[in-house]
Amino acid sequence: MISRILQSTEGRLAIITLAVFVTMSVLVPDRFLSPANLTSMAFQFPEFAILALAVAVAMLTGGIDLSVVGAANLSAVTAALFMGHFAGEGTGTGILIAAIALSLAVGLVTGLFNGVLVAIFGLPPILATLGTGLIYTGLAIAMTGGSAVMGLPPAVAWVGNGTILGIPVPLVIFAILAAALGWILKHTAFGLKTRMFGANPLAARYAAMDTDRVLLKVYALCGVLSAIAGLIVMSRANSAKADYGSSYLLLAVLIAVLGGVNPYGGYGRIIGVILAVLSMQFLSSGLNLLQVTNFAREMIWGVLLIGVMLLNLVTFRRRS
Amino acid sequence: MKSIDWARNEVLVFAVIVAFCALAAVSDPNFLSIPTLTDLMRNSIVLGIFAVGAMVVLVSGGIDVSFTAVAAFAMYATTVLLRDLAPDMPWPLAFAIATLIGAVLGSINGVLIAFCGLPTLIVTLGTLSVFRGFLLTFVGTLQISNLPPAMRDFSRWMMVRGTNSDGSFYSLPWAFAALVIIVAATWFILNRTMLGRAIYAIGGAPESARRIGIDVRKTQFFIYVFVGALAGLAGIIHASMARIANPFDLVGLELSVIAAVVLGGARLTGGVGTLTGTLLGVALIVLVRNSLIVIGIPSTWQSVAIGILILVGTGLPAWQAKRAEARET
Repeated sequence: MISRILQSTEGRLAIITLAVFVTMSVLVPDRFLSPANLTSMAFQFPEFAILALAVAVAMLTGGIDLSVVGAANLSAVTAALFMGHFAGEGTGTGILIAAIALSLAVGLVTGLFNGVLVAIFGLPPILATLGTGLIYTGLAIAMTGGSAVMGLPPAVAWVGNGTILGIPVPLVIFAILAAALGWILKHTAFGLKTRMFGANPLAARYAAMDTDRVLLKVYALCGVLSAIAGLIVMSRANSAKADYGSSYLLLAVLIAVLGGVNPYGGYGRIIGVILAVLSMQFLSSGLNLLQVTNFAREMIWGVLLIGVMLLNLVTFRRRS
Repeated sequence: MKSIDWARNEVLVFAVIVAFCALAAVSDPNFLSIPTLTDLMRNSIVLGIFAVGAMVVLVSGGIDVSFTAVAAFAMYATTVLLRDLAPDMPWPLAFAIATLIGAVLGSINGVLIAFCGLPTLIVTLGTLSVFRGFLLTFVGTLQISNLPPAMRDFSRWMMVRGTNSDGSFYSLPWAFAALVIIVAATWFILNRTMLGRAIYAIGGAPESARRIGIDVRKTQFFIYVFVGALAGLAGIIHASMARIANPFDLVGLELSVIAAVVLGGARLTGGVGTLTGTLLGVALIVLVRNSLIVIGIPSTWQSVAIGILILVGTGLPAWQAKRAEARET
């Protein structure tokens, strides 16, 4: 039983996550397990966890999406400017819904653009999304002049700070997205094709799969997920800015890899990404309570990433 | 294919640079002057050294995003060392120490990539945060503006100095010679030694390289140590020229450097890349970063411009390759 758990990437990760949780609970018992800390963790992680989901989906195809933060900020800035333009009296619920639709549309367009570059023009995904990431960030800078867009209607705050039945809204959004994505990848033809393409693009094409279509859909999905993350960031910060969450890109890639997604494509499970997110958040909050500086945290993340990769080495080698 | 090959990135980038300069000269006649040239050259030194290293990695089929953190680490650690222990150390020795620190950090990448076989992007993403985190946690976070005299002397050591007809000063520091030497040395390694052939070979086809008897691991290890050493040197030159050692500097530049190299025609898939292309790519990126405003584009559009250049620069060859492939099958 134990050896079976240790054999799978997710099993090992579950043990690591549990170990981090227990260690932090022992080191700072009263504060780490306090309801205040647990709630604040639940509000904190969904925004970068959703970005990590997007990166993970792109990685399944053997690609990567480095434009997620740029796309998130561009759609948030668009939504914020839209609301600033039309916001009048009242709480602005109607405006909010329109703005959400608009930002999701922007996310979809950014994702489709990535997809066209990768699928139709054949650009390597790293370069395509590196370039578009700069373009999306640059457009957001050009639209705002580089400053934050403030003065959002009060209804916006609910997305990032409200609760449903006592559960933080961002957590609910993340749970729904993760469950839906897990289901799509496991039970739909699209999910199967995504993994097949990642495992062997040439074989997928020879199997008469419309690979361009799959890639377009994958990157469009990444764009929409980024837009949702952007909305949560906007709501929590009560403003939108072109350079919010710039450290999230590294973090999202790190989480996806930590979660056992094979960066060469073909293998990855949503449960792994969720476990990776949780272990990161436990580690991050715990270190924060231990008053470790942000810089030391960055170092520990890097060590964790390389450590887990070394651990996974045997499994990755066997697969490839 | 004997006439000018427009599909080559070098030709394309050169044409864009010429067009950019022509446009700039039309809107500002003072653009085509010696100060502009020396500015361009001065701003290309650090970026250029980084780019040479990044190109060697790309040619070998890998990618390194940690070199800026290596540079910041080597630069700051050396400055602290000089300030606290040996304020009178001559600059060549200080530069050698920074280069050595860079090489040691690079060897960590080398071990993980060459001997553990981990993916290059993931390893260097990880070491980027490890090096930076270690530097800021254990070495220091404060800027050092009172540099050791040796570094200050180096920054004052000018190759060319003069006054333009309109009274503006221009100068070119000897640091530029470092870039020239590094380019020459790298050219020699890549084109005149077995090691260089091995680097191209493992980038083109690792399995074939192994079968003809190339020690892939040793070659890869050398590459990451080499890149680390170059980054260390670039870091200390950067601090000397800026006359300040800021541990937060440099990190964040890595994607611009890779963009410059890719613009110059190096392929992420490995095996392809030239020094000429790389230097042209650096020149173009520096031009866009410094002089976009001269051709009437506000500097807030800078990253959009660089993004578009990357997409066009990599998209054209990629699309041509894809069409050629479709024609064959």
